Amino acid sequence: MSGLAKLLDPAHWFRSTFSHGIHPAENKHFTANKPIRRLPFPPELVLPLSQHAGAPSQLIVHPGQEVVRGEPIAKAGGFVSVPLHAPATGMIKGVELMPTARGPKTPCVILKVYPGDSQEVRFYQERDVDKMTPQEIMQAVQDSGLVGLGGAAFPTHVKLSPPKDHKVHTVLINGCECEPFLTTDHRVMIEMAEYLIRGTQIFMKALGAKKAIIGTEDNKLDAVEALQAKLPADGSITVKAVKTKYPQGAEKMLAKALTGLEIPSGNFPSSVGLAVFNVSSTAEIGELLPLSRGVIERVVTITGPGIEHPGNYMVPIGTPLRFILNQLGFSGQARHLIMGGPMMGGTVSSLDVPVTKGCGGILVLTEEDTKDQISRATYPCISCAKCVEACPMHLNPSQLGKLAYKHRYDEMSGDYHLMDCFECGCCSFVCPSNIPLVQYFRIAKSSLREKAMREKAKAS
Amino acid sequence: MSEQGPNVILRTSPHLRVSPPVHVIMRNVVWALLPVCAFSIYQFGISVLGLIVTCVASCILTEHVICRLSGRDSAVKDWSAVITGILLALCLPPGFPYWMAAVAGFVGIGVGKMFFGGLGFNVMNPALVGRAFAQASFTVPITTWVPSMVPDRFTQFIPSSITLPFLKPNSVTEWLGQVAPDGFTGATPLAVMKFDHVQSIPTMDLFVGTSAGSAGETSALLILLCGLYLVFRKMMDWRITASILLTAGGISGILYMVNPAVYPDPLFTLCTGGLMLGAVFMATDMVASPVTPLGVWIYGALIGTITVVIRFWGGLNEGVMYAILLGNAFSPLIAMITQPRIYGARKAKGAA
Ligand code: SF4
Ligand code: SF4
Repeated sequence: MSGLAKLLDPAHWFRSTFSHGIHPAENKHFTANKPIRRLPFPPELVLPLSQHAGAPSQLIVHPGQEVVRGEPIAKAGGFVSVPLHAPATGMIKGVELMPTARGPKTPCVILKVYPGDSQEVRFYQERDVDKMTPQEIMQAVQDSGLVGLGGAAFPTHVKLSPPKDHKVHTVLINGCECEPFLTTDHRVMIEMAEYLIRGTQIFMKALGAKKAIIGTEDNKLDAVEALQAKLPADGSITVKAVKTKYPQGAEKMLAKALTGLEIPSGNFPSSVGLAVFNVSSTAEIGELLPLSRGVIERVVTITGPGIEHPGNYMVPIGTPLRFILNQLGFSGQARHLIMGGPMMGGTVSSLDVPVTKGCGGILVLTEEDTKDQISRATYPCISCAKCVEACPMHLNPSQLGKLAYKHRYDEMSGDYHLMDCFECGCCSFVCPSNIPLVQYFRIAKSSLREKAMREKAKAS
Repeated sequence: MSEQGPNVILRTSPHLRVSPPVHVIMRNVVWALLPVCAFSIYQFGISVLGLIVTCVASCILTEHVICRLSGRDSAVKDWSAVITGILLALCLPPGFPYWMAAVAGFVGIGVGKMFFGGLGFNVMNPALVGRAFAQASFTVPITTWVPSMVPDRFTQFIPSSITLPFLKPNSVTEWLGQVAPDGFTGATPLAVMKFDHVQSIPTMDLFVGTSAGSAGETSALLILLCGLYLVFRKMMDWRITASILLTAGGISGILYMVNPAVYPDPLFTLCTGGLMLGAVFMATDMVASPVTPLGVWIYGALIGTITVVIRFWGGLNEGVMYAILLGNAFSPLIAMITQPRIYGARKAKGAA
């Protein structure tokens, strides 16, 4: 919807939202209308043993072993950990240190894909989810290997066992996808509405919640329609469109927009009776759990001006970027590769980096696109207050930036709530002085974390 | 397939930026000031043109030289010195001697800005620092006003403008006798109001701008329009202007209702003494105003109140300048006590 059409649309005025935030150019038109397509299997898959927050998975196969598609190849290394499944039928070549989005050298299982194989999922078992207890569901979610989106990739099942004194009454399904360029969740809502509803019901059951709200931004009204057609008759699940604004998809912002509740600083959503799941994860649960299957592929938006055939693709986990880009016509000018969206995603340093479970998008920018971003001059803070008006957490990035410049980190976390910053990037995005505010905050946080660790070590 | 892969760029998120950079914002402020300059030149002639050129040149030069002396890159490219120069020129009397204007520009930038570390670090608006310096040092010329719309203003300089450096300003009495034979008192409408309690000029004239005054303080309407342009481009904080005008107008409105014989009507207050120029272009100086939403309103209200107080009860008839300087001085404190409530912070009472 264009800006003007939005202003004139009364429905838009009354949609809920959160305060502050920004309106980056959406750039979703490249892929929003492209149905999900499959990508072929690469000759070799690279499967990091640590694609999630928490302990790495533990290998349960040995080099030279043959595995079939969907078979577990590593088990969870603890409660905050998940197993790993073979995304293709083939042979385990071994474990090597490879570059991933998490770092230059991470242990990865290399799986040689059998080219002649039909690649059917032969490793599954049907079961009746309705008969399962919440505890069993939680275990089943862990067994599926599902993790959340983004860099942190927190194992999903952990959210299903909130602290004892927290009673979840409403499940929020996050279909905002506020990052520019990405359309993964958009397509999932349209094409996998049934799985999505099924997954929502499974989460509700596991948590004992009576209500669920699927929230999406009002630039995806076709998704709202698609979902509304599939909603269960009992009215327990509703779909709500909220205003299109970044970072609407952040857990805290979504909670505010959909329920009016604020998640207190330093607390889980369950402290106010909420649990938030991403649309793609929920649809995966809806699809996988009834068959006891694991996560072996995911929908990824591969887009940007640096690529010839942008679209939404079903990509086997572990597919190296190089393979994808070559499949999709990679113009040699592309110099800036981002895993995730342009606001919070990380730059990729090597084309050998594989797609992991937490990756919802790959953005390829050309030199042309980044030129003026890189050559921008940096000035001192002119106190224009644009960052203060953009910060969705209502922090004061201007002051935080000034303190960071002087390395006064303690003051930042004490008086100016540094730890509430979730690095959404709104402040850097609007800063006319081009100050790398988010970068400053990351450095400040990690320095404070290190200090805390040192002190702990000294005390013990 | 290129085996080597692209020469990738490593950067941290966010990968997009949107705001026009600082120099573009500053340049737009200059654009917005140009109509005000043009109108002033139209009113007072080439003397004001010379005054503007002098001030701008002095500010740019000062900034450039100090940057170089302290071994930094010249910061002139960011256009902020140009704004300072124009604003300084616009708040001086049209016949102000050029050499004094140049000194004021030097002090404004040197003491008001570079001394603190340049753009972004200054505590006060440099133009006003220059103007305050002039007020204190050159007491006579800074209160010597000349009539507008003099017939040969485009061919002749006001005699005092072209005074040689370090000399006392040339007298304008003779020249005044020529250009305004029917007796120009040399007082601005605000001074007349203050000391004689007569409103010498219809308020409408003040609003549109056809009276005596400093070079740029005369057309409230034009200044407002230029400010609107900046607000529209999201390059100016309208809340500061609104807050100043509301408080100043509100207080003087109450006084006017109490005693219309002594106090002028509120519109008169708003249109005189450079209040409009100050509220639109000077108090909104981003660097010297608070960043917090509530702080912005308090800051404006403070300036509005002090302006009116100085005007009605102080010894000076133009309080805006000092009011803004005071506001600037208070703004770090205001910002500190008005930190916004962050998302998810527990409310002070009846905590969740
Ligand atoms: S990155 Fe942090 S400080 Fe900046 S806008 Fe986002 S939450 Fe606020
Ligand atoms: S946006 Fe940048 S220049 Fe403006 S106040 Fe924030 S940090 Fe300073």
